[in-house]
This record gives sequence, structure tokens and C-alpha cells, in this order.
Amino acid sequence: MKKIGTWQRLRRTPYQSGAAILIMTLTFFVTGIFFVLASFSSSILTYFESKPQVTAFFTDKKDINSIKNLEAQLKATGKVSHTKYISKEEALSIYKEQNKNDPLLLEMVTAEILPASLEVQASDPDYLGEINSILQNEPEVEEVIFQKEIVDSLLSWTSTIRKVGLIVVAILLFVSLSILVTIIGMKIALMKEEIEVLKLVGATGSYIRMPFIMEGIFYGLVGALISWSTLYILLLYITPSIGTFLKGITALSLFSYSGYNVTIWPVSILFMSLLLLVEIVLGMGIGIIGSLLAVKRYLKS
Amino acid sequence: MVRFNNVTKTFPNRKVALSSVDFTISDGEFVFLVGPSGAGKTTVLRLIFHELLPTSGSVFINDIEVNKLKDDQIPFLRRKIGYIFQDFKILHTRTAAENISVTLEILGQKKEVIDKKVKGILETVGLLDKANYFPSQLSLGELQRIAIGRAVIGNADIILADEPTGNLDPKTSWEILKLISNINKMGKTIIMASHNIDMVNSLKKRVIAIVDGKQVKSTKVYY
Repeated sequence: MKKIGTWQRLRRTPYQSGAAILIMTLTFFVTGIFFVLASFSSSILTYFESKPQVTAFFTDKKDINSIKNLEAQLKATGKVSHTKYISKEEALSIYKEQNKNDPLLLEMVTAEILPASLEVQASDPDYLGEINSILQNEPEVEEVIFQKEIVDSLLSWTSTIRKVGLIVVAILLFVSLSILVTIIGMKIALMKEEIEVLKLVGATGSYIRMPFIMEGIFYGLVGALISWSTLYILLLYITPSIGTFLKGITALSLFSYSGYNVTIWPVSILFMSLLLLVEIVLGMGIGIIGSLLAVKRYLKS
Repeated sequence: MVRFNNVTKTFPNRKVALSSVDFTISDGEFVFLVGPSGAGKTTVLRLIFHELLPTSGSVFINDIEVNKLKDDQIPFLRRKIGYIFQDFKILHTRTAAENISVTLEILGQKKEVIDKKVKGILETVGLLDKANYFPSQLSLGELQRIAIGRAVIGNADIILADEPTGNLDPKTSWEILKLISNINKMGKTIIMASHNIDMVNSLKKRVIAIVDGKQVKSTKVYY
């Protein structure tokens, strides 16, 4: 004699169960995408913020002595932690390293057409503006790349992603919750006769409620697992494209804890485990809240 | 022991279902509740089962005042009472054996224990060979046997039977009555609502007669 458990209940109403799992999967998939995007943009922001750098590119007329004088002048301000002169030849080898997989680009470039440059790292991001002004006023400086602009732009993107993500995820979570409440409510209605008999033979409220709560948790868990797996496959698939986009950045760290460095680039097992944990907790949470709301609404004595 | 102490039940539509009913039923007794349809027999059973609350008076099972139980205590009261319904209240998505095992499942008993007890009860009610039949494959008499099996398997001390033969043909009715009588011989208290005079007379058990909600007879002499 088999006990009628959660699995049997799911099999009795496969379309409703399928709809619940589908909406959960969609919600957690979109949540996962925004989680990845937010983590990614946040890591890039941290990466640039941790490198308060201004790079000045010189014309061919600027000689090495003049650049050394400039270096000394900058260090004398006390606002520079590190400087690095990059000659035309070094610029070529950097270029070659960055484009080693694209022989066509390598063929067309020589050291002569690349400018020499000076990378200046500020001891504090607040000094970047002042260092930028010094470099801008220096003769024979062709261009100054000032990372504050990149950081500001990234900050704006990160903020937008977070806001849009929060709104979209909140809407989807609300829709999922509503659908879950409706589906479990329908199941309670379908099982009205059985619930009545269970009450008559002495079933406690928790005995009657528990299978519906387990069902809600099941939907949340399955939705979280399917969406996580899909997202993982998608991330692995687009990894080469991300690599091209992040040319020059070898690793992006989200955070470090107890000696474990959680890197988002390259996509690490630790990061994906964190995402799985977030989705499972969220899935179980939605499942429990949705089923409790349904039980409270439809199982009134 | 079941005791009604000056119990009156008035429904919201002001219909008086029971008026000042007093009786005591001892452990192991077999008592018939008799009276015409709508007399209040089912109301008596539902008051014992805490499906209804009295408007005034008290219902006791042993020393427990049933009408003062809190909501979370009701399931534990019902586990001490087996209820056989006129309309069986059988679960149509479960087999005969599964319908009977429901009572033990909610008690959290182990599968091996449930299997053993269900087999014993199926044998008692004569349905061992139909354990895996679904309700749609069984006759009304067989469905009532399942309901009886479900009522007794939890080892309830009191069995309430609300016109258990009301929907059955005479031959099956007598078989069901014999089955309930055998359960009484096992020491269980039986309170059975019926308006079948022949059946009531045949067993020579105590009768509580109710007419228009008023108790008109409570005697140890048969009807």
C-alpha cells in the first residue's frame, strides 16, 4: 500500500505542476541573468577603481629625457604611487600579446606606428583629476586616457543594471508568487473531498498543510535548478565572446573570503555555487511563502 | 463513556435540532439512536464528533468536555472516535486498502505496521481479495465495509455509525449490522443512528429515541 506523497500529487495534475515549474524557471533564469550582470559590472568597477590610473600617450617628438623629467615631476607631488614608462617596442609586444590570435592585426602593426606612453598610478583615486591636469598641460602629449571617465560610465551602468534588475526581478517574483498561490489553491480545491476525509479521521492542520508546502518548495527548487543549469550552459557558451570584450583583463574578482577568491571572470565554480545557493534559497523561500499564502487562503476550516 | 448533559442545539436558521437531551452511554455499550428523518440523530453524532457545538449544555467523552476543546485538540479527539458515514466518504482516487490505511498514515505509523494492520482489517470486513480495487470497481456494500474498516483500524474506543445501512439492500444491510455487532463484541462502544425498526429490534440493544429534537426514550429494553 503506497502512501500518497508529494510526487503522486504532482502526477495527478501534470499541467498545473508544469506551469508552476515553468514560471519559477523563467523567474529564476531572469534573476540569475541580473545577478550575473550586476556581479560582473560591480567586479569591473572594482577592477578599475583599484587601478587609479592615467595613461599619457606621447607624440614621436617627445624624447625619453623629457618623459623622465615629467615622471620625476609627478612623483614630487607625492600623489603618485607608481609610474611606468612604456616604449614603442614594449607597446608593440603588449599589442602582440593582446592580439596573438589575430594574425591579420599583427601583420599590419609595427613599433613605429605605436606611441610611447606613461602609465601613472595615483595613490588615491581623488588625485586622478590633478594628475590628469598635469599631463594634459605637458607639451607633446597626444592623448590622456583618464580612467575616471570609464569608472563614472561603469558606475552609471552598474547603477542602471541594479535598478532595472531589482524592478524586473520584483515584478517576476510577484507574478510567480501569484501563480503559485493560484495553482496550489486549485489543487486544494481539487482535493477538497480528500482533505475533508482526512480531517474527519483526525488529521492535524499541519498534516494537511505539509504536502502543499512541500509541493511549493519542490516547484521552487526545480525551477532554481533548471534555470541555474541553463544559465551555466549559456555562460560557458558565451565565454569566448566575453574574453574578447575583456581583452587585457585576466581575472575579475567578486570578493574574497577566508582565503577563497570568488572570481566571476573566468566564470568560476565558486561563483556558480554562490549563484546556485542564492537561487535555491530564493526558490525555497518563494515556494514556502506561496504555498503558505495558498494554504491560509484556501484551507480555512 | 459518552454523556450528554442537558444539550440543546439551535441552528442559525432558528431550527431547534435538539432540546434538553440527557443521556449517558457506558464503555462497550451498543446504543441505537432512533427516530424519523430530521429528528436530530445525526446532530447527536456530530456533537460527539465536534463537527457541531451545542448551543447550551455539555457533551462529555470520559472526562473531556468536547465542546470546550480548542481547535488544535479536535484531531486528537477524532482519533479516539471512528465514524461510519451513510454516504461512506470514500476517496475515489485510492484503492480499498489505501482508503483504510489513511487512518494509520495520519497517526504516523510505519509502513510495515500499516500493511499488517490493513491486511487484518480487510480480512475482518471480508475484502482481502479486493484490497487493490478502486471504489468504482466495488459495490455499495463493499464501500461501506471499507468505511467500517477505516473507522476501526485506528483502534478507536467509540464508533459512531450514521445510518450505515441507509443506502444498502436488506441482505447487505444485515451483513453490515452483523459486522458492526462483532466490532461491539471486541469491546468498542457503538452509537448507531438508524430508522430501520426491524434491525433495531433484532439486536435487542439499548435505544435512545429522538423525535423533533426531543429525547422521548432512553431504555435498556429494546424498542
